[in-house]
Amino acid sequence: MAVHATHDLTREYRRTVPSTWWLKRRTYFLFMLRELTALFVGGYAAFLLVLLLLDQATFASVLKSPVSLVLHLIALPMVIYHSVTWINLTPKVLVIWRGEEQVSPTLILLVHYAAWGVISLAILGLAIWLCGGKTI
Amino acid sequence: MARIETTSKAVLDVFRYRPDEDSEPRFERFEVPFHEDWVVLDALHYIKDHLDGTLSYRWSCRMGICGSCGMMIDGEPKLSCSVFLRDYYPRPIRVEPLANFPVVRDLVINLEDFLDKLGQVKAWLIPKEPREAADGEYKQTPGELAHYRQYSMCINCMLCYSACPVYAKHPEFVGPAAIALAQRYNLDSRDAGFDERADAIFSHEGIWECTFVGDCTRVCPKHVDPAGAIQQAKVTATNDWFWSLLVPWGKRRSRAPAHEQNGGAAAGHRDAQQDQLVSSQSK
Repeated sequence: MAVHATHDLTREYRRTVPSTWWLKRRTYFLFMLRELTALFVGGYAAFLLVLLLLDQATFASVLKSPVSLVLHLIALPMVIYHSVTWINLTPKVLVIWRGEEQVSPTLILLVHYAAWGVISLAILGLAIWLCGGKTI
Repeated sequence: MARIETTSKAVLDVFRYRPDEDSEPRFERFEVPFHEDWVVLDALHYIKDHLDGTLSYRWSCRMGICGSCGMMIDGEPKLSCSVFLRDYYPRPIRVEPLANFPVVRDLVINLEDFLDKLGQVKAWLIPKEPREAADGEYKQTPGELAHYRQYSMCINCMLCYSACPVYAKHPEFVGPAAIALAQRYNLDSRDAGFDERADAIFSHEGIWECTFVGDCTRVCPKHVDPAGAIQQAKVTATNDWFWSLLVPWGKRRSRAPAHEQNGGAAAGHRDAQQDQLVSSQSK
């Protein structure tokens, strides 16, 4: 016989989860924010692809428009939040063993932040180089 | 030791549910003597001994190792033997049964779902070869121990299930502790049960249901880090999936994620596994 409850299961009280569960705890809210910011990461990638289809003059005028400026001001903190929370979680996912010693989670974190910085600077450098040093 | 009597009172709002009389739970307010060194469990003992003997709750060791006395204390899953009244005093403390589990009575929850899940993931050592006591110790280096030691600290208190919003919405999720314990054995050099656990863990209801909220790790009283265990299992499964694309004839150590998205088939398989477990228990 499998183990079964000896009490009446129909008399158990089942609590329901409200749709506002993510407002009940700070950690839940921050998690939902992290998930939401993924839309801005994906959305901005799509926006960049569309920009690349335009000729240089339209490209510049679209970027200079007030709407684009506002979108960038919203997207930037969202993308930074997403990147920071993403990188902060990497030591939990990436556990590396060097013999009997575990590689320090702080080191894994630092390497990721360093790579983020280097790659960002490289892309910025590439963009400036492509523009021939002049602003569009 | 004689206790210095106190005149100040701590206030507890305790969740009451009597299945024979109530259709809905209610909160009952109790006043207990306030002592600097009292934990919430001490206050519950006082209520049961002096104020209302019908109050039901689980407890055993009083020292944070048995995992029986988990409750929601002011909305946070905690071991009631490890939460001091002084950290809330003079505010009233709200005491509720662990969230995400059905309530049997007062602060007592039905934990059968969790026990079933421990069975599903085979959270026990499946030895590489049959061994007798006469064979002596099953030796391990400190390095081999270090790989799983953290996960072996789990005391099955279920605080992580109470903190998990995924489990709250999808009770079929295998859940934090069961997956962390499966990893505890998968990472043990003496164990050979990886393939047997794979169907339950590397499935949609297993690791892929987890969205990495990470609250399981935050509330764990033993610093087990179930969220880390689940994400690391995702890495193993993903690596295996890519490896199986590159080397289709090679041996895969886990089921591929895409393969497991077929929820129906996976669930059916698990039912069969469950039946097997039940029948082996009945023998």
